Amino acid sequence: MVTDTTKGKYNVIGTRPIRHDGYDKVTGRAIYGADITLPGLLQGAILRSPHAHARIKSIDTSAAAAMPGVHAVITHTDFPAAEDTLVDLGEGAVNFRYASNNVMAGDKVLYRGHPVAAVAAVDKNTALEAASLIKVEYEVLKPVTKVMDAMKPGAPIVLEDLEGQDLGEKIDGQTNQANHFRHEFGDVDKGFAQADLVIEHEYDTAMVHQGYIEPHNATATWDEDDRITVWTSTQGAFAARRQIAGVLRVPDSQVKVIPLEIGGGFGGKIPTYLEPVAAILARKSGRPVKLLMERTSVFESTGPTPGSWMHVKVGVKNDGTITAATADLRFDAGAYPGSPVGAAAMCVFSAYDIPNTRIDGYDIVVNKPKTAAYRAPGATHAAFAMETVVDEICEKIGMDPLEFRIQNAAKEGTRRADGPIHPKIGAIETHQAAMQSDHWKTPLENAPDGKLRGRGVATGYWFNIGLKSVVTIAVNEDGTVALTEGSTDIGGSRASIAMMAAEVLGIPVEDVRPHVADTEGIGYTDVTGGSRTTYATGYAAHDAAQDVVTQLLERAAKLWDVEPDEVEFSNGSYQSKSDPELRLSHKELSSKLGSTGGPVVGTASVDPEGAGGAYSTQIADVEIDPETGKTDVIRFTVVQDVGTAIHPAYVEGQMQGAAAQGIGWALNEEYFFNDDGQMVNSSFLDYRMPTSYDLPEIETIIVEVPNPGHPFGVRGVGEVPIVPPVAAIANAIHDALGIRFRETPINPGRIRAALEAKE
Amino acid sequence: MVEKVRVRATLNGEPVDFLVAPYTSLLDTLRDELGLTGTKEGCNDGNCGACTVNMDGRIVDSCCVLGAEIDGSTVETIEGMAEPGKLHLLQQTFLEEAALQCGICTPGFLVSAKALLEKEPHPSETRIRFWLSGNLCRCTGYDKIVKAVQKAAESA
Repeated sequence: MVTDTTKGKYNVIGTRPIRHDGYDKVTGRAIYGADITLPGLLQGAILRSPHAHARIKSIDTSAAAAMPGVHAVITHTDFPAAEDTLVDLGEGAVNFRYASNNVMAGDKVLYRGHPVAAVAAVDKNTALEAASLIKVEYEVLKPVTKVMDAMKPGAPIVLEDLEGQDLGEKIDGQTNQANHFRHEFGDVDKGFAQADLVIEHEYDTAMVHQGYIEPHNATATWDEDDRITVWTSTQGAFAARRQIAGVLRVPDSQVKVIPLEIGGGFGGKIPTYLEPVAAILARKSGRPVKLLMERTSVFESTGPTPGSWMHVKVGVKNDGTITAATADLRFDAGAYPGSPVGAAAMCVFSAYDIPNTRIDGYDIVVNKPKTAAYRAPGATHAAFAMETVVDEICEKIGMDPLEFRIQNAAKEGTRRADGPIHPKIGAIETHQAAMQSDHWKTPLENAPDGKLRGRGVATGYWFNIGLKSVVTIAVNEDGTVALTEGSTDIGGSRASIAMMAAEVLGIPVEDVRPHVADTEGIGYTDVTGGSRTTYATGYAAHDAAQDVVTQLLERAAKLWDVEPDEVEFSNGSYQSKSDPELRLSHKELSSKLGSTGGPVVGTASVDPEGAGGAYSTQIADVEIDPETGKTDVIRFTVVQDVGTAIHPAYVEGQMQGAAAQGIGWALNEEYFFNDDGQMVNSSFLDYRMPTSYDLPEIETIIVEVPNPGHPFGVRGVGEVPIVPPVAAIANAIHDALGIRFRETPINPGRIRAALEAKE
Repeated sequence: MVEKVRVRATLNGEPVDFLVAPYTSLLDTLRDELGLTGTKEGCNDGNCGACTVNMDGRIVDSCCVLGAEIDGSTVETIEGMAEPGKLHLLQQTFLEEAALQCGICTPGFLVSAKALLEKEPHPSETRIRFWLSGNLCRCTGYDKIVKAVQKAAESA
């Protein structure tokens, strides 16, 4: 279902064309990162630490290097000493020293799966066998994997040279606390004193993984003139280039990254892991080298989203007005600083208008893989805490949870707790659409055979980002256009970008051929992340198409021997203002380019700042078997303000896919660590993500409150729908059982234990 | 170097005759030896279904079958699904229903769904969800995949 704000306004936007890259993807022809092959290609293998925390006493690679078929063996001594420089990658920053240490350990391993050596050989088996011949002597150290344990005095120290910060002051001595920041507004003590009811709780969430189906991969060559070429699946070719160059200590321009099709990312394919290793193996062997990651290593050695400890406290008056709120958010960053706790702090209270707030955020290093972005990173954690507190408030003051959210909703002009003022946003419209939904209006029926049913609702906010995008549009003489963009396409963005260009040019979307270029084929473009691609690259496509229109107006004027301002463009046609006979369609005019000055290419480079936040409100119905503790989601509705839905089918797909990930997060998914800090469920069998049989139909309601910061009103869509599901399900489980769960996942074991404790 | 095994089989309707190491999985055989990279690796341990192929009328995870095991068998992969110039109905409905996002799981889903509709032309939604539960998708939440299979079943 789509609300009708933009109905009839556009010709192409809002339709559901077949995506341009679809044919290659349903026939197996599309070339993903792992599919590339090159003449003389060697296969690589990485030896990884079996320990979560250990000092490396020695590495002996002699037996591996002597094995027939082995062309190169490398350790950290083959890497240049990386600079201690923090570089912004668009969505999250990277310190090259840590990035280098993460792809190849130095004198210490910091998590199980940390790479310690790598091999390139004639085939995969030889490489694996050679890697197994490398002897590493470890001095095993005690690991720390929980954020609150890592903050205790006397905790094992993960990074001995970490300079910790606390509210802007340097911490004396060794610490696992990378940072502690605070956002304060109003007077929380006064606010809580005004409250009739104060609810506060502690929360604990487990680390979870993005779970993209395609493992990481990288293929590299290092030429005689020191040109490095890397083929990989990445969310951003330029971000990959910057990281590779930073770790290898070469200028960015010495590295060319060719992004191949990418099999899912959700934030996890912004960091590079294999790319610099493949490059150094290629230099040492003088041959192209390919590295493919195994699924176990994807779990153990890439960038999941943090586990967390949180405390949230909210005060309300009996009439439902929120008077004050505080949050203490402590996230495990993994082995190096940089958890998404900053983003969590930006989101935790941002669905509401609260006069007095204080938010503390802690970034804590632990012996786990370095966390990466995962779809609205940090916001899902924060919403789990805030939205279950809100649910309890509504229960205690006897107020409808959607009415409460509407009454307290953030709107245009509301100050966000961390400072910025909300532009035009659609929180209220989203809640209202949820209230009017068939799901909300249909009472939940009792379950048969002793099972227990409950309904929960929750909302979520994500700020979205803009950043840099470049698009070029070349006009072909047959009237079609070739659109080149730097945004890698993970979920159908070629189509939405092409649709915006087609809308401006007044041509069918099939006449736009979108193409994702490598780092030498287009200007710098930031990652496909932060829900920015349809927004910012779409903005660039709009502007590049406008540039084409401007140039075509000049060509028409030239043809008719009039001034350009005497020609106008409307409904896809160029026409003389004075002579109605003089009129050419885009296609007709395109055929005359050769005789009027040569090819026309439109370009645009943008860095727009009006991304505008997005809201999603979700309704979950669950059915719980008290015998087994198993929870089934029996109905689920995602309501979301998307600004303008460019390709509604792919907008719905984002909403549905995020909800499914959130359902897995709520009910089942977790990194399960043993006392030695080893993940013991590092396979898809044991880290069980939802299957088609675990999920119901996921209903979608698209709300369109156009974003004034985009020519077509687009807001980012991809991330916010993963924010509410965990809280919505926790609230539904409470409705069914009368029990509040404050840890994730809410799995059958937890439910059985809670039911037994209640009895 | 271990001695390779000679394998003769029917692959996507064509006879094939090749040598493969006895430890090489069918997945690696297809991708690395025969150049058919449409079959994808997601886990290499039989839990994601991205490498699903049809072997003698049954769907198998090709990472859990050896290349040498297909000697004398008939194997169909995603590359054999469309006729020249004409997509299989399921491929068409997957496109129309936007049943793919990143597309890495799509070949496995299509091979699985084709086997289902050949066995049961009009499955219920529950049956489709059960049959496809061996194929993981992390992008779509399965909703549009199930609808694409239903649409193909209705229009067949």
